[in-house]
Amino acid sequence: MSLLALLSDYTLQNVAIGAALLGLVSGVLGSFAVLRKQSLLGDTLSHAALPGVCLGFIVGGGRHMGSILAGALITGALAALVMLLLTRMSRLKTDAALGISLSVFFAVGVVLLTYLQGGNNASQGGLDAFLFGQAAATLRSDLWIMGGISVFALALVAALWKEFKLVSFDTQFAATLGLPVAWLEALMTVMIALAVVVGLQMVGVVLMAAMIIAPAVAARQWAHRLESMVLLAAVFGIIGGVSGAMISALARGLATGPLIILSLSSVVIVSLMFAPGRGFVWEILKLKRDRRQLRYQQVLTTLYRLASHHSDPGYRLDQGMVDAYHRTNTKRALDRLMRRGLVTLTTPPSHEPGQRKQWVLTAEGYREAERILDSLGQEASA
Amino acid sequence: MITALFNDIELMIMLVGALVGIASSLVGTFLVLRGTSMLSDAIGHSIVFGIVVVWLLTHQASGPLQIIGAALTGILTVFLTELLVSTQKVKKDAAIGLVFPVLFSLGVLLINLYASDVHIDAHTVLLGEIGFVWLDTLPLGGVEVPRSLLSMGAMTLLNGTFIALFYKELKLATFDEALAKALGFAPGVLFYGLLLLTSGTAVAAFDAVGAVLFVAFVIVPPSAAYLLTDSLGRMFLYGALISIASSVSGYHLAVLWDVSIGGMMAVMTGVFLALAFLAGPRYGIAAQWLQRRRQRQLNESRTLMVHLYNHEDGPEKAVENVTQALREHLRWAPARAKDVVERSRQRQLITQHGERLQLTQAGRRLAQEILEPGVSH
Amino acid sequence: MSDTLHEPNLALHVEDLTVSYHGKPVLWDIDFDVPPGVMAAIVGPNGAGKSTLIKSVLGLVPSVAGHVTLFGRPYRGARRRVGYVPQRSSVDWDFPTTALDVVTMGLYGRLGWLRRPGKRERAEAMAALVMVGMEAFAGRQISQLSGGQQQRVFLARALVQKADVYFLDEPMAGVDATTERAIVDILRRLRDQGKTVIVVHHDLQTVRSYFDWMLILNVRVIAQGPVNDVYTADNLRRAYGGQIALLDDVTAPHPESPAAATSEDKSVGKSADDARNPPADSALGNIARETP
Repeated sequence: MSLLALLSDYTLQNVAIGAALLGLVSGVLGSFAVLRKQSLLGDTLSHAALPGVCLGFIVGGGRHMGSILAGALITGALAALVMLLLTRMSRLKTDAALGISLSVFFAVGVVLLTYLQGGNNASQGGLDAFLFGQAAATLRSDLWIMGGISVFALALVAALWKEFKLVSFDTQFAATLGLPVAWLEALMTVMIALAVVVGLQMVGVVLMAAMIIAPAVAARQWAHRLESMVLLAAVFGIIGGVSGAMISALARGLATGPLIILSLSSVVIVSLMFAPGRGFVWEILKLKRDRRQLRYQQVLTTLYRLASHHSDPGYRLDQGMVDAYHRTNTKRALDRLMRRGLVTLTTPPSHEPGQRKQWVLTAEGYREAERILDSLGQEASA
Repeated sequence: MITALFNDIELMIMLVGALVGIASSLVGTFLVLRGTSMLSDAIGHSIVFGIVVVWLLTHQASGPLQIIGAALTGILTVFLTELLVSTQKVKKDAAIGLVFPVLFSLGVLLINLYASDVHIDAHTVLLGEIGFVWLDTLPLGGVEVPRSLLSMGAMTLLNGTFIALFYKELKLATFDEALAKALGFAPGVLFYGLLLLTSGTAVAAFDAVGAVLFVAFVIVPPSAAYLLTDSLGRMFLYGALISIASSVSGYHLAVLWDVSIGGMMAVMTGVFLALAFLAGPRYGIAAQWLQRRRQRQLNESRTLMVHLYNHEDGPEKAVENVTQALREHLRWAPARAKDVVERSRQRQLITQHGERLQLTQAGRRLAQEILEPGVSH
Repeated sequence: MSDTLHEPNLALHVEDLTVSYHGKPVLWDIDFDVPPGVMAAIVGPNGAGKSTLIKSVLGLVPSVAGHVTLFGRPYRGARRRVGYVPQRSSVDWDFPTTALDVVTMGLYGRLGWLRRPGKRERAEAMAALVMVGMEAFAGRQISQLSGGQQQRVFLARALVQKADVYFLDEPMAGVDATTERAIVDILRRLRDQGKTVIVVHHDLQTVRSYFDWMLILNVRVIAQGPVNDVYTADNLRRAYGGQIALLDDVTAPHPESPAAATSEDKSVGKSADDARNPPADSALGNIARETP
C-alpha cells in the first residue's frame, strides 16, 4: 500500500491520532508518577478500570464510549484513593497497596463481567478487547472524547504546574508553605486514571503500565529540568504511539498495542545508551577518555622526574626505557604528547651507541609536567 | 469413598482454590515483607511470553515443560528488571513496569505471527477458569484427579518445603539482608529461588484462576496477615486460613449469584483484608483510634495532676486549683475540662470540693513521678 | 478561644507538647521557649525527638497534646514568618531541576495559585544563592552537587522567604568544614539582624562556639536556656546517660564561645568524677560524636 494511501486510510488515521493522544497524555502525566516513585500506578489503575467498564456498559446500555470511559475513570480514581488510604493509614507499603488495589478491583470487574454475561466463566469478546486493546475499532467520535480528556489533563497540569513540581520534589517543605499537600498528592495520583482511560482502547490493560513509565524514563535521561522532561516525554510518547500505529498498519495481523510498547521501549533503550551525560555509551567514552588523560599525565611526569633526577632537562629516553618504566607500551601516549608539543624525538648524539631516536621533554612539556605535579600537591622537583 | 471425594465437584473446586491461595500466600508473604510484591504481577503477565515460546518449541500447551518454561521466564523477568535497576538510571518500580510489558508484547506478537489460530489464547491464560477444573483430569491410582489439583498440590508442597528448609535463612534475609549476606546465606540466591517458585506457582495457577487473580492470592492474604500479627510464623498461618476462607466463601457466593468463581474468591480475599484493616486488634483503624484516644486522655489526666501539684503549696492555689483555671490557663474547653475532672475523680486521683480541686495522695504521687521520673518518693 | 496573642514576646513558645507514635512516647510534656534574636541549638541523643519537635511545631506531625505559638500566633497564622530547612536526606536529589529552581520554589507559597515565578522571583532567588555563595551553581543539576552544596541550596530556599524565625534540621551533618563555617556565618548574620534561628544540631563539640541558646532534649526537656547555663556535665549526663565517655574537659570554658568571659566555675570539672585524670590526647575527641 502506498504511503499516500496509507495516510489517507480512515482507520489508520484514527488509530494514529488516538495513539498520539495517548502518548501525549501518558508522557506528561507519567512523568510525575515516575518521579514520585509511583510508576506502577498505571498498571494498577488500568486493571482497576475493568469494573468501571462493566458498569459503564450496564448504565450506557451497550458500547457507549462516554459511559464506559466515565465508569473506567470512576473506578480507577476509587482504586487510587483506596491505595492512598491503605498506604497512609496502615503499615502496608506502597507496593502492597498497589497490588491489593489492582487485583481486588480487577477481581470485582471479573465478577461483574460474568454477571453481565450470565455465567460462571468470564468468556471472550468484551474482555479480550479490554485486555489487549482494540485500536482498530477506534471511531472518530471516540477521538473527540479522548481529545477532550487529554486537553483537560494538560490544562490541569499547566494550571497546577508549580504545585505539582514542589510536592513531587519535597512534600514536607511544600506543607510548610501552606500547600494542601494531601489534596495535591491525591490529585496527582487520581489523574493517572485520565491517562489510563485514554489508553484502554489503544493498548489494553496490561500494557498501560509501560505507557505511563516508558516515555518519562526515556525523557529523564536527556532532560535537566522538569519542564523539558515533561515536554520530551510527551514527544517520545507521541512518536512511540504513531510509530506503533504505522507499523501495525503496514504489517497486517500484528496487534497495535504491543507494537507501540516495543517502539517506546526502543526509545528507552536508545536513551539509556546514548543520552549525553547519562547514557552508557557516554559513560564508557568518558571513562576511556579519563584513563587516557591519566596515562598521558603519568608518562609526562615520569619523564619530568627522570630529568630532574639527573638534573638534566634534556634527558633522553629510549622508547624501550619508557615502556619498561610503565610496564606497558607507551608509544601512543608519547605520540600524542608529541603532537601536543610536549615531547619530541631527537637523534642521539653521535658518540652514543644506537641510531634510534629518543624521547625528550620540550620546554613546554617541562612546564606542563610541573603544573600537573603542582596541582596534585606534590613536590615539583624531586 | 475416595472416588466419591474426587468426584465431588464442589469440593474439588474449593480445594483447588484453597491450594492456589495457600501456595501463593506462602511465597507472597516474603514478597510483601520485602516490598517487592508487584514482581508477582510482572511475572504473572510476562509468563505469556514463556508459554508461547514453549508451545512453539514443543507444541505442549500445559504440563511440566510449561511449568519449567514459566519458571525460566519469571527468572528472566526479574533478572532484566534488576539489570535495569543496577544501571542506576531507572528506579526499582519503574524498572518492573518496563520489563514485563515488553515480554508480554513479544509474547502477543509471537502469537499473532505463528499461533494465531491456536487455542492457546492469552485471554484464558490471564483469566483461567476454576469452574472447569473437574473437566481436565488424570487417572491416578484408579481415580480421576483434576490436573489442577495435582499441579497446585505439587506447588504447595514445593513452596512449603522450600520455606521450611530455609526458614532461618529466609527470615534473616528478609529482615536484615546485610547480615544475611555477611553470614554467607546468599540472600540473592535465596530470593531468586523464591521467585522461581513464584513463577511455577503462577503457571500452575493459571488453569484455575488466571494471572491477575493469582496476583490477588499472592499479595492480599499475606497483607491482611501483616495487619494482624508481628510474627512471621503466624503470618503464614493467617495467610493460609484467609486463603481457605476466601476459597470456600467465594465459591458459595459465586454459585449463589451466578458469577465467576475465581473472581469471587479473589474478591473475598479483599473483603478479609478490609476487615483486618478496619478491625485488626493492633493495627486496625479502630484499634489505632482507640489507642490515640486513650493516649490523649492519659495525657490530660497527667497534665491536670502536674498542674495541681505545681500550684498546691503556693499562694495562687485558690486561683489555680480551681475548675475555672482549667479553662483559662490550660485552655481546655468546658466540656473537656469537665470530662478530665470526672475521670480523674473516678480514678481517685483528685477530690472536688465545690469549685476547688484537691490532689489525693495517689494523685500527688503520680505528679511527682512525672516531674521527677525515677526518683523515689 | 480568643484572638489575643499568647506570649507574643517569644519567638517560639511550646507548651505541654506531647507526641507519640504507635503508643510510644516521642516527645513528652515539652515546655520550650525561645526569645527572639538568638541562635538556639536543640541537642540530644538519637531518637530523642529533636526532628519531631521541629516537625511538630511546623504542623508536619500530629501531636497528642499541647500547643505552640510563634510570636504569639499559632503556626497557621504565622507561616509567613517562618523559614524551614529540612534534613537533606528527606528529598531525592535525583530530581530534574537546577539549584536556582529549588530556591525559587521557596517563593511558591507567596505566589499563590496559578501565578508563575517571573523575573522578579528569579532575581530574589539569585540573591539568596549569592548569600550562600552558590551563585556559580545556579544552573547546575542538583544531582551533581556535593552534600555541602545541596545543604546551601536548601538554606537559600529558606532565606528567600525572608522569615523572622528559621528552623533548621541538622544542617551541618555530613558537610565539609568550609560549608559548615559558611552556614554558621550566615546564621550568625541572620541573628545579628534580629532574626531567630533554631537548629537541631548533631555535634555537641561545637554547640558552645556556635550558639547562644540551647535545649537539651531526650523525649523530655532536660534543660533549656542560655548555652553557658545549660551546657553542664550534669545536664549532659542526664540526657545522654552512659553514652558519653569523658565530660570533664568538655565543660571547660570554650575560648570561642560567645560568653566565655562569664562562664561559671561550677561547670568546670567539679563533679564527683573529678578523680579521674583526663588522658593525654585531646579529651574533646573522646566525646561520643552524635552521628545523624
